Amino acid sequence: MNSSVKNSNLTEMVTADGVPLKVSLSRAKRKVKIRALLLVMPLFLFILVTFFIPIASMLFRSVDNEVVEETLHRTVPMLQGWDHTGDVIPDEKIFSALHKDFVDGYKYKTIGSVGRRLNYEKSGFSSLFRKTARKSKKFEEPYQVAFIKADKKWGDISYWRVLKRESGPSTDSYYMDALDYNYTDIGERVAKADDESIYVDLFGRTFWISFLITSICLVLAFPISYLLSILPAKSSNLLMILVLLPFWTSLLVRTSAWIVLLQQQGVINEILVWAGFLADDNRLAMIHNQTGTIIAMVHVLLPFMVLPLYSVMKTIPKSYMRAARSLGANPFTAFVRVYLPGTIPGIGAGSILVFIISIGYYITPALVGGQSGTLISNFIAYHLESSLNWGLAAALGAILLFAVFALYILYDKIVGIDNMKLG
Amino acid sequence: MNKFVKQTLLATAVTAAIVSTAVAKELVVVSWGGAYTFSQQKAYYEPYMANNPGISIINDDSSNGAIAKLRAMKEAGVVTWDLVDTVASDAILACDEGLAQEVDHDIVLAKAPDGTLPSVDFGAFLVSPCFIPEVIYSTTIGYRTDNVGSTPPTTIHDFFDLKKYPGKRSLEKKAQNNLEWALLADGVGKEEVYGILGTNEGVKRAFAKLDTIKDQVIWWEKGAQTPQLLADGEIVMGSTYNGRLFGVIHAEKQPVAMMWDWQVFDIDGWIIPKGGENEAEVMKFIKFATDTQRLADQAKYISYGPARISSAKFIGKHAVLDIDMAKHMPTAPENAGNVLLYNYEFWADNVDDLNAKFHAWLAN
Repeated sequence: MNSSVKNSNLTEMVTADGVPLKVSLSRAKRKVKIRALLLVMPLFLFILVTFFIPIASMLFRSVDNEVVEETLHRTVPMLQGWDHTGDVIPDEKIFSALHKDFVDGYKYKTIGSVGRRLNYEKSGFSSLFRKTARKSKKFEEPYQVAFIKADKKWGDISYWRVLKRESGPSTDSYYMDALDYNYTDIGERVAKADDESIYVDLFGRTFWISFLITSICLVLAFPISYLLSILPAKSSNLLMILVLLPFWTSLLVRTSAWIVLLQQQGVINEILVWAGFLADDNRLAMIHNQTGTIIAMVHVLLPFMVLPLYSVMKTIPKSYMRAARSLGANPFTAFVRVYLPGTIPGIGAGSILVFIISIGYYITPALVGGQSGTLISNFIAYHLESSLNWGLAAALGAILLFAVFALYILYDKIVGIDNMKLG
Repeated sequence: MNKFVKQTLLATAVTAAIVSTAVAKELVVVSWGGAYTFSQQKAYYEPYMANNPGISIINDDSSNGAIAKLRAMKEAGVVTWDLVDTVASDAILACDEGLAQEVDHDIVLAKAPDGTLPSVDFGAFLVSPCFIPEVIYSTTIGYRTDNVGSTPPTTIHDFFDLKKYPGKRSLEKKAQNNLEWALLADGVGKEEVYGILGTNEGVKRAFAKLDTIKDQVIWWEKGAQTPQLLADGEIVMGSTYNGRLFGVIHAEKQPVAMMWDWQVFDIDGWIIPKGGENEAEVMKFIKFATDTQRLADQAKYISYGPARISSAKFIGKHAVLDIDMAKHMPTAPENAGNVLLYNYEFWADNVDDLNAKFHAWLAN
């Protein structure tokens, strides 16, 4: 390589038809490159469309607030001149602009969305906008009086302060909400009172339960995988089917099966009571709480730990342990110093898989979690499907995403991401 | 019949079948699935298709989370649904957001047999200009008859009385209904409930009442949960939809009975998504599906009350069970002693705030 560079400096090398060799080579290479690019293109496009664009749109949604400015496009610019720190509500000019915005908003059916949007900040906006919009066509000057007559909340300065605060094209209020902060009446950021804060504790609980599930999966999967890797093929295949069988069963069926087993009138409690280990009025509460979530999720996620562990253990020659023993190590030392380090790539891969899947899990906790076993993903689903507060759902999702990134970097620093093997 | 004639007949039949399927217009109708869709299928989809061979009704059991999906369809610019069955509070929301069409009930819907205008016949149930009511259902309380001794619970006070009726209860995991019941059980009068719930002290009072049973409550999210918990004996009493309790009691013959005290009425009905392609067909169908007889017919298959006053006297017997359905309607006089009508305006304003408080209360 070096010599060719030197040569080309001296006399330019050409091919038989007189084209410089460099040009000809890069032309040939370009074809290969294009072909390679075309081959990865479908996958790249697929990931772009199904992964990056949705995430980008989620991040956008978590700060998007354009609906207010768009719908109240006459009122919002004028509000900038209004002093929200004073104690006087806006004047007739602003009310007159608001009237025009309301008449248009009612005509084009856009005003309700603004009411809903602002209702997330302060209860009462929803009906205020709906009621006022219905009557707005018949309003006559002075509009200030007409508005307040339609609903006296228009004379309440706190509603105007919220409207001005949330009139920009973007907002941080979803993130504030997701981190249990809110605004005071005059726009200061303060931590929510205990009886209103939910999410910080839930994030903590989600990470803690995911960590517990990962640890339990590891402890359970390690001996199974070891057994699988040392047994002769015939019996290990049979065992493997037992591991995979739950994998092929519907998730809902497995979860319902746990309900049948664990509930207070369920199989396990019945047996314990029948055998005299438990008093009839003192049955164990194993489901509709954290215990239920952990048991059911460990069961669901166990194969994700077994498979990478097994595939790594399979590649560790049995002779290593024998060599360690013959060199004088006792079984424990041989295991810790020789066998265990070899399985680290499998442990890493399995743990990351289980941890990341459990952080985003929501069907099982929803069914068996009760109140102490629900996770943050249940709230994301709730805000997506029921409360329809997509901004808050996006903010919660984004925070979860950032947290996973942070953990990934931490993992990379401590264990090293290269040191991971899925098989 | 010779071979040639047979073949010709067969060919004609096949061609006719192909042509008719090609011509048939498909209406995508979204509903809740299960027993509810079955009742709609029997009461009006099938009769309508029989009378209108050109129409084929496609079921889509997506009513759970339907507004979220409608919003996504609107953003994507492709609305594939023609008609959506939803609860009234979601219909109001869809109307606010411009996802559903406003309809003039007196023009679009059928008059009662005696000529009463729909706006009078549906009356107070027309809670939104986008909403076409179908049935009245109620969230009410069912209990195990074998676990309550010789004096079964009769009032909402009994639900909160752990001494008299020890054991687990189930309630829906949301603020709606539960906060109202807590206040009613705490002695608040019906007229004052929402006024009090609108204040911070009132909310605290409701939660304080719920605190008294908190550690005995299993919180449900799907309608099937309470019936299952009752059948399993996991709970002594719990709230669910009255139609589900009817199923447990009369179809599955479990030792369960209904309390009815302070049942909360809610309305289920249709919305027409904006941007659908078959508007003219949908209008014809909806006129048929919500007329007096069809709504009465639906009550043969499920114990939800018709939203039309004029349907009441046409309610007959259950299609399979040989039970006179009229007295199992939530609207029947013997069941409707103490009744609360879900306050749509109040909850549209407070649903986010109070549910945030509710979940914080649950977590603490």
